[in-house]
Amino acid sequence: MTPEDWRQSARADAERRGLPDLQAMLDTLARTASALRAADWNDDASGAATPASDPPPVG
Amino acid sequence: MSTPAELPSLIDLGRAIRARETSSEAATERCLAVIRDRDPSINAFILVTADAALEAARLADRELRAGRDRGLLHGVPISIKDILDIAGLRTTAASHVRREHVAARDATVVARLREAGVVMVGKTNLHEFALGTTNEESAYGPVHHPLDATRSPGGSSGGSAASVLAGMAYASIGTDTGGSIRIPSAACGLVGLKPRFREVPTQGVVPLSASLDHVGPLAATVADAAAIFRTIADAPAIEGPLAPGSARGMRLGVPRRYFLDLLDDDVARAFDATCARLTAAGAVLDDVVIPHARDIAAIYLQVALTEAAAFHSKTLDSRPGDYTPTVRVRLEAGRYVLAQDYLRALRGRDVLRSEVSAALDGRDGLLLPSLAVPATPLGAATMRVSGVDEPVRNVTLRLTQLFNITGHPAISIPCGATGNGLPIGAQLVGSATAPLLQSAATLEAHIRGGTAATTTA
Repeated sequence: MTPEDWRQSARADAERRGLPDLQAMLDTLARTASALRAADWNDDASGAATPASDPPPVG
Repeated sequence: MSTPAELPSLIDLGRAIRARETSSEAATERCLAVIRDRDPSINAFILVTADAALEAARLADRELRAGRDRGLLHGVPISIKDILDIAGLRTTAASHVRREHVAARDATVVARLREAGVVMVGKTNLHEFALGTTNEESAYGPVHHPLDATRSPGGSSGGSAASVLAGMAYASIGTDTGGSIRIPSAACGLVGLKPRFREVPTQGVVPLSASLDHVGPLAATVADAAAIFRTIADAPAIEGPLAPGSARGMRLGVPRRYFLDLLDDDVARAFDATCARLTAAGAVLDDVVIPHARDIAAIYLQVALTEAAAFHSKTLDSRPGDYTPTVRVRLEAGRYVLAQDYLRALRGRDVLRSEVSAALDGRDGLLLPSLAVPATPLGAATMRVSGVDEPVRNVTLRLTQLFNITGHPAISIPCGATGNGLPIGAQLVGSATAPLLQSAATLEAHIRGGTAATTTA
């Protein structure tokens, strides 16, 4: 499920439950989910990506 | 009322009580008198336990006369955030959801304070279930800032901070899940300590987000906060009294990118003045980078809301009308988070923890402001900062929530005021709490030792 699919589904459910005030929070959660899915620490089952388990140097 | 810089020290009071220069009963009477006089307009307390406090104070005085000295906190009046259990009293968490709850036993922290001879004057107001930074959503009404009734004292431990600033208690115990000790401490000119994760037990504390929750003190000075930390921590590892040292050679990292990008002008000026003062005293300040800082808010939101929603699931279904509307919406949102996104956030947490530890490597601490803005106006949904309208919740959590995610100990210390007298706080972050407190004592001495970093409005 993509974050956009999730957002649409969650908004519809909130509407059905009579919680229209939830829409803005669900939009925020969809944006944060997208950001987390794009993060460079995520695994890739194909082995194509290298998780950021070793953070870049700081200083 | 005292200004933040003049607040009486808990340690000084304790010493005076033990030297019989004053009594616990007299100190407690003074606090209760201030509560009677000022709390109708501040609303810091949900419950004032005047009779029990006076009884405990008289017992503390009798014990001293009989030769029993329980130590630094003996007979000192403090307040407790109404999210910690005190046996026989309601723990409301500022919510009608818990209006029938009565605690069967003391929270571990409360039991340790009681054993140390502390006098508890009452239970303080908070943002409902600690899920907010302004105290505006409370079943018992908002807390008003003691220096400006149109503003919030910060939250969620806002009643705790207001009670200390107004002189209703010599210190308070709060909780911090995203900044809820450090934010109100900064807004009220107090010292607020968030210890390392799990260093202070949370047994008997209503959880918000179990993997982010911390318990700690709000107090007038670093030494006062340290005295309470010693009492409530499992293994405080502090030997002897705190002694402010020289700043010469102290190494502090300043995480400018992201953390200093969005600051109120007065906060920026006070923070720069603090850095300049430390540099002039011989401290070595250099810039550090938290590479994934832009992901902090996303990680925090996914973890905090999911864990909070799990705790509240039953009552969200059975008693939805007993929550304040905004808090209910936040909790309901957490019920929609997918497990895979929660797990991604936990993975991101590990990355951030490594990055903060790397930034601390070879340094005595990280130095940044505690709160990007001064005390926020009650009722404001957004604040204009650096030319941008930012939601109040985002801008107030921005500088503190990282260290709940990573678990590193962090402390807020007063570092100046706006032109109209609203306090500003600097935040020091360390690897372990005992050395952090030592560094904080040094920082505090340098800030208080010279002219205050007062800025113009």
